[in-house]
Amino acid sequence: MSQTTPVTDPHDHPPHLAHHYDTPQQQMASGKLGMWVFLGTEVLMFGGLFVAYAVYRHNHPEVFEYAAEKYLNKIWGGINTLVLITSSLTMAWAVRCSQLGQKRAMVTLLGLTLLGGVAFMGIKAVEYHDKWKHHVFVGPTNIYRQAQSPAQGESTASAKPAAPAADSARLKQEDPNIGTSDEPRLRPLAAPPPGLAPAAKQRGGAEVHDPQRNQRLLVSTFFSIYFLMTGLHGLHVLVGMGLISWILVRGLRGAFSPQYFTPVDLVGLYWHLVDLIWIFLFPLLYLIH
Amino acid sequence: MSTTQASAAAAGPDEPAADNYLTHRRGVRSWLLTLDHKRIAVMYMVAILGAFLLGGIFAVLVRTELLTPKPVFLGNAAREWDLYNHLFTLHGAVMVFMFVIPGIPAIMGNFVLPMMLGAKDVAFPRLNLLSFHLYALGGLFFVYVLLGGVLQAAFGIHLPGGFGLDTGWTFYTPYSTGKSITGVIPATMGAFIMGFSSILTGVNFVASIHMLRPRGMTWFRMPLFLWGLYATSIIQILATPVLGITLLLLLAERALGVGIFDPALGGDPVLFQHFFWFYSHPAVYIMILPAMGVMSELVPTFARKHIFGYRFIAYSSIAIALLSFLVWGHHMFVSGQSPLANAIFSLLTFSVSIPSAIKVFNWLATLYKGDIRLQTPMLYALGFLVLFTVGGLTGLFLGALATNVPLHDTYFIVAHFHYVMMGSVLFAFLGGMYYWWPKFFGKMVDDRWGRIAALVVFVGFNLTFFVQFVAGSQGMPRRYASYPEKYRIYHVISSIGAYLMAVGLVMVALNWWHSLRRGRPAPANPWGSNTLEWRTSSPPPHDNFAKAPEADDPYDVSAWRFDQASGGWVHEPAQRGFDVVVPPTKA
Repeated sequence: MSQTTPVTDPHDHPPHLAHHYDTPQQQMASGKLGMWVFLGTEVLMFGGLFVAYAVYRHNHPEVFEYAAEKYLNKIWGGINTLVLITSSLTMAWAVRCSQLGQKRAMVTLLGLTLLGGVAFMGIKAVEYHDKWKHHVFVGPTNIYRQAQSPAQGESTASAKPAAPAADSARLKQEDPNIGTSDEPRLRPLAAPPPGLAPAAKQRGGAEVHDPQRNQRLLVSTFFSIYFLMTGLHGLHVLVGMGLISWILVRGLRGAFSPQYFTPVDLVGLYWHLVDLIWIFLFPLLYLIH
Repeated sequence: MSTTQASAAAAGPDEPAADNYLTHRRGVRSWLLTLDHKRIAVMYMVAILGAFLLGGIFAVLVRTELLTPKPVFLGNAAREWDLYNHLFTLHGAVMVFMFVIPGIPAIMGNFVLPMMLGAKDVAFPRLNLLSFHLYALGGLFFVYVLLGGVLQAAFGIHLPGGFGLDTGWTFYTPYSTGKSITGVIPATMGAFIMGFSSILTGVNFVASIHMLRPRGMTWFRMPLFLWGLYATSIIQILATPVLGITLLLLLAERALGVGIFDPALGGDPVLFQHFFWFYSHPAVYIMILPAMGVMSELVPTFARKHIFGYRFIAYSSIAIALLSFLVWGHHMFVSGQSPLANAIFSLLTFSVSIPSAIKVFNWLATLYKGDIRLQTPMLYALGFLVLFTVGGLTGLFLGALATNVPLHDTYFIVAHFHYVMMGSVLFAFLGGMYYWWPKFFGKMVDDRWGRIAALVVFVGFNLTFFVQFVAGSQGMPRRYASYPEKYRIYHVISSIGAYLMAVGLVMVALNWWHSLRRGRPAPANPWGSNTLEWRTSSPPPHDNFAKAPEADDPYDVSAWRFDQASGGWVHEPAQRGFDVVVPPTKA
């Protein structure tokens, strides 16, 4: 309970006031400022990934639409969005309860928030497993990367040894469009985008002659970006869950009171940011046409 | 604890306090787990100077190899690894990530920032300690890379993750993610972790400057060093996360085969350059802005004159911070950027010279008709003025598109960025170290030897790098172990200069060592500066100030008089808010 802070006079020095601050208000304002600044750095960190996304999508919108349409599950993504938004609500509510000193309600709501995080990660695991099953995981295991050029094997001689025929068959089985006219075609670019000329086309000569191989590589690039973005986001969800567990335990022990609830507030801010990033990730990855 | 004497008595402040932050608690744990910003600063000092020594050794080895046109002891075509590439890479990476970027903010910023604010600590002391631990952890990764290189070279033992590092400090793809067999993964991990150290320090400084300013210190009565640190922190906060994600992508590409940068996997290597320079160009200003802040303290103090154009210097720091984000493309003039982008980046690059020149002119105007004292810190400040001017003006050659093309990747560029990153920043670093050394350790440094060393370093530096402008304009490319005979004379002069500089720096180190062992006890205010950190004993007590001091104009030095008896400066008349902690009488 709030027995730790017998504060009636604000000029008293409550135990949670660090020695280098004059008042609890100053301490809280500093904490909030620090957290907001830190959240800014998080936004910029994800910003790099969003830029990579923007560059590749701008250069090859058809590949992104194709891959998202074919492999990403809008239902699961939508449910996860709902789960996270709900957990943001319970988080905000928990912060309010901590300000009002309603310990039981706060602990319950934090528990619900934590549950939201668990549900989100669970659904994410189902989705990742699905990608694994379809061999569209990150890196060289991606089926689109392995089967580089089943049709025009001779033109890839300079790049890597031609993919085994087995891989091509597997890709064909995975994606029946491969090799047919339904396979997504490279949209011919009138001129390379300034500054970001697709270097693949400028480097080795082989790629230039094999647009389809490039195309398939780009499907795997889409999944690289997908996994990096959702993976980094998932990591943040995990960190957020750890933080929520920490304040949950502290809350149970009665560390917070209407005079001192800064940690709850700050963890809340963090959780909302994690939620917000997903709000951007979901449409950008799942809902593109 | 200490007692307080409200008046600025001449004798009181100049005796060393019995209890200061160095003696407050004892034992290794009391250092490694301390939350005291001063102790954290001293730990940074040890680590960063260690990194500087390491980077310096690499530099001397590189220069030694370059004495002869053919590789002698660092290049060996028969082996699959090339020691020369490793050495210049590690020189660059260690110097940039472990010395120049953290140098002034982590040592002097940590120590002085709270004291200039009259505060007891930074806003988040625990976070501050975490920053240091992250720095040390990142440093361990670099040590691992180095150890891997040594083990491979000497015994043929392979450590997991690769040995040494030969990508250049820029980690350009696709070489770094593909062909290089060296320790790219541990090195980028190290840089990634150090990036977080840098971010957290920035967060801490911004919050401290916003929240902990004392009574009487408005934004425009802050010491300019704090403006410099504030601008630096903004860049650290906004740019370093981008480096973080870039290195993460690099790691993912190398470890997992993600195809973002490697053209063989459908990626775009120029994208890496954009990402990398979006951080690393602002990083140049992370290096120079604190150095400029140090300059703004040194020049008025040793010219015994109020700083000229305070607001312009303050605003120009912020202007540099903002412009720094808009010029990264000038690193890629020959990387296939569109002509339009090149022209815009070139124009923006020129615009950075405006706030930089504003600062230089303001320092010069401060010197004008000043009562200049040529003590050691001031010599470094004057050296900074010369070197920064040379470095800045040669930057214009490189910012111009037409001259950039022939000069790109030559020794001209090497000389240019050494004049700015090393010459200017190192001189401000050394000047700041000499300036605050009495406050750090409560000991004065022998000024005569300090001045001689400063002169040797200055001559050595110019000898090393000025000829490189000539060599570069003649076409000598950077990063080569062998070169045509016609460049030999430049390389020989340059290497002699490097040895001379090394001698000068060893003299500096001995100078400091001597001070620690035999130095005269420092008075509270040995230079007569009016900023708040000089209003407590040297070294400061654990809590910095017994009572929070009240700030006034930080550059109004008119009230300070030199006191022959104590060898320090005293305030006349005794001033409100001027608290000096004096020791309890020893029992």
